[in-house]
Amino acid sequence: MLALVVAGVALTLVTGPSLTPPLDVLRVLAGQEVPGAGFAVLDLRLPRATLSILAGMSFGLGGAVFQTLLRNALASPDIIGISAGASAAAVLAIVVLGWSGAAVSLLAVAAGLLVALLIFGLAWRDGLAGARLILIGIGISAMLDSMIAYVLSRAPAWSLQDALRWLTGSVNGATLGQVWPLALALMLLGGVLLLRRANLEALRLGDDAAAALGVPIAREKLVTVMAAVGLIAVATAVAGPVSFVAFLSGPIARRIAGAGRSPLIAAALVGALLVLLGDYVGQHLLPARYPVGVVTGALGAPYLIYLIILSHRTGRPA
Amino acid sequence: MTRLAAEGLSAGYGQTPILRDLTLKVPTGAITAIVGANACGKSTLLRCMSRLLRPSAGRVVLDGRPVQGIPTRALARELGMLPQSPIAPDGITVADLVSHGRHPHQGPLSRWTAADDAAVATALEATRIVDLADRDVDQLSGGQRQRVWIAMALAQETDVLLLDEPTTFLDIAHQVEILDLLVDLNQSRGTTIVMVLHDLNLAARYADHLIAVRAGRVHAAGHPDTVLTEDTVRQVFGVACRILPDPTSGRPMMLPLGRHRTTADPSHRKDAP
Amino acid sequence: MMAAGAPRAAVVALRRRRRGRVATLAGVGAMLALACVLSVSLGTRSVGWADIGAGLLGRTDTMAQAVVAVRVPRTLLACLAGAALGLAGAVMQGITRNPLADPGILGVNAGAAMAVVIGIAWFGMATLSAFIWTAILGAGAAACFVYVIGSLGPGGATPLKMALAGAATTIATSSFTVAILLPRNDIAGGVRSWQVGGVGGAAFDAMLPCLPVLAAGLVLCLMSARGLNLLAMGDDAAAGLGAGIARTRALAALGAVLLCGATTAICGPIGFVGLVVPHLCRLLVGVDHRWLLPFSALTGAILLILSDVAGRIVARPSEMDVGIVTAFLGAPVFIWIVRRRRVRDL
Repeated sequence: MLALVVAGVALTLVTGPSLTPPLDVLRVLAGQEVPGAGFAVLDLRLPRATLSILAGMSFGLGGAVFQTLLRNALASPDIIGISAGASAAAVLAIVVLGWSGAAVSLLAVAAGLLVALLIFGLAWRDGLAGARLILIGIGISAMLDSMIAYVLSRAPAWSLQDALRWLTGSVNGATLGQVWPLALALMLLGGVLLLRRANLEALRLGDDAAAALGVPIAREKLVTVMAAVGLIAVATAVAGPVSFVAFLSGPIARRIAGAGRSPLIAAALVGALLVLLGDYVGQHLLPARYPVGVVTGALGAPYLIYLIILSHRTGRPA
Repeated sequence: MTRLAAEGLSAGYGQTPILRDLTLKVPTGAITAIVGANACGKSTLLRCMSRLLRPSAGRVVLDGRPVQGIPTRALARELGMLPQSPIAPDGITVADLVSHGRHPHQGPLSRWTAADDAAVATALEATRIVDLADRDVDQLSGGQRQRVWIAMALAQETDVLLLDEPTTFLDIAHQVEILDLLVDLNQSRGTTIVMVLHDLNLAARYADHLIAVRAGRVHAAGHPDTVLTEDTVRQVFGVACRILPDPTSGRPMMLPLGRHRTTADPSHRKDAP
Repeated sequence: MMAAGAPRAAVVALRRRRRGRVATLAGVGAMLALACVLSVSLGTRSVGWADIGAGLLGRTDTMAQAVVAVRVPRTLLACLAGAALGLAGAVMQGITRNPLADPGILGVNAGAAMAVVIGIAWFGMATLSAFIWTAILGAGAAACFVYVIGSLGPGGATPLKMALAGAATTIATSSFTVAILLPRNDIAGGVRSWQVGGVGGAAFDAMLPCLPVLAAGLVLCLMSARGLNLLAMGDDAAAGLGAGIARTRALAALGAVLLCGATTAICGPIGFVGLVVPHLCRLLVGVDHRWLLPFSALTGAILLILSDVAGRIVARPSEMDVGIVTAFLGAPVFIWIVRRRRVRDL
């Protein structure tokens, strides 16, 4: 896995509108001046690759946590509206208020957390039931999506491109300045999540069984969910809601890690790989340039079909 | 005499066969109970007989005609089926639910007639739920709800009624009540009743005809006195037992023997007063 | 046996209910008429009674009369679309035994939208009847797809799994739609405003090709009312009562898809009407589909007309598309339905 991610980074660094020889890339990274390649590699491609990795890891980790906690492979944060709050706020800020830059990102993080809290609040009735949480999230995100569509339909052409990225997610125009907050969040919140792997695996057995195994359920759910939401919100604020990365990473990681072991680390790596490769495909392999979110989003449909085929063959739940 | 029979029936879900070349005859005008261990094919057999499941080989015959060839609605006028877990739509009243039993008697354009009203009212009375007619089905207890479903099957006015475990999830008082109700029905209307039952002793007491199914085949069939033997129980359920005469009905009664507490151990026995 | 002249309390109860429903039907009809009048008279510019009368007679002499001439087809379109969506929602909830079924939630609208966008972008589609049939095709494909995914695994098609499958399908299809639109600036603007869902640009000649499709959908749906009553009791019980389960489902689903597809083709995807209306109607007339379906059509028309009026008034002097109004009205109702149910039913 790690090797694949490294290969993906190398690919991103080497290719652009013009190919840079791998040796030159290494020399640039080592701090040497290479005429013609320095700017492209250090200022364009390196931040882009770093951002892809960090955002992908955040989405993958957050998604796997949600899927594990809610015991449903379809229940990832992008589907149940956790990232919709961040996008809606960002689109509103750009189109209606005319904001740009860091202010938009800050607002997106705040709105993402707020909407997540709203969903949890509405879903709370004698404890947090996964099914209710998922459905209320879907309802809220349907509402926010229609709001986004409305705002975009009223958007002047010049702010449209900027706003559109909040619809699908993109790592275009990444700078190292965007990378630091995300790296910090990933270290802090990702660390919290990784430390709780064992408890999360116990929660997969169901609330009652987990309680019998000595897991304090309410506290554990709250801590892990808040950490995952924070991670998703920060990543969304930086890269936009890169569709389906959170959704796809968990199941793939579980297959790689094997049934018995916690898939969190694998999910983070799969997420990073998905964003890296999705971005690469969108930039270099397709006739037009697409943001990464469109590529990963389009992967979702074949995956759903794959789920159907799989469950027909094995007769097991998808 | 027999109206309903299965001939060389094989069936299953997907690749796994559940019934294997099963043949049986249902005595008309009697109460038949089908018993057997878990996953032996009892419910599958009932689903085949009511045409909910298409057999992979063999056929089910009603009055000499294979049921697969009878139009759905026509079959539903002859043969009623109460599945194991029917769903009561949210907020439906008892009277409305029972009225659905009249569906096979109505054409696509025909209006609700006085005969339909009469059939519904009779079904409500026979199951003693007239007082509940306006209530929501959701609000009823398990026993009352089961009576509502039976009333719906009664409103269908069929000569044959199949029931899949009509007493599951009911406490013992309601189990007896439901079985008594079925006997009433059998005696007053001559309805042929076929039901899957879990409880061997209740089956032996209430049924005129017992069918023991094992591994997709009929292992034994006949009067409970001849079917419910220590040998049959051991072969069908894989448990050793003692058969005693039921002191109230004279029918056989089964006491399972486990590994513990089966010998007469004086330390466990309460002294008789 | 019971005597023929027994008290028959049950029969009396049934008849009482029917009378109550007829009265409610009259009330709902009156409300629809009122909503139409409001829709013609209220808006960014309010008009008086005299102008309405003159406008209805086809005169466009004054500004106000011209406004009426625009609002009449708009009201009619809202009425048709609302009725179609309300009816389709009730039928979909019946087919799937799923209280959360709605053309928007289940991804049917998104499927129709993607099909239309593909038609425009790749095949240069331009005629309205082509839009309609493409939308119907897309709606049908999405409906089948979501239903199959939603019924995977143990427990069959639970409301939760269906909603998730619908949401996932919506995301996947909208990604495709964006992917198609991004390099096509020439059509992107038009499609984007269509995607909000509105009745603003209504004209009589645009509605005409839809009418036969809507009528066919209406007939199919109303015909399946009795079958849906039986399906509500579970497939086994329905089959035991002599219902052709597969046929009932297929015909009713075809009817619902025709209604959704045609509506989406003219108005764009309008969500939540199909979700809210049947629940409202169940409170009014109970669960019998023979009453529920016509009521859902009428109430859907009222809801969409009033939402459209609200959208015109709230955002004065501009107006808000009806699709966003229904989303903001509908999402709270959706949440209320989810909160009301016990967890194990989801």
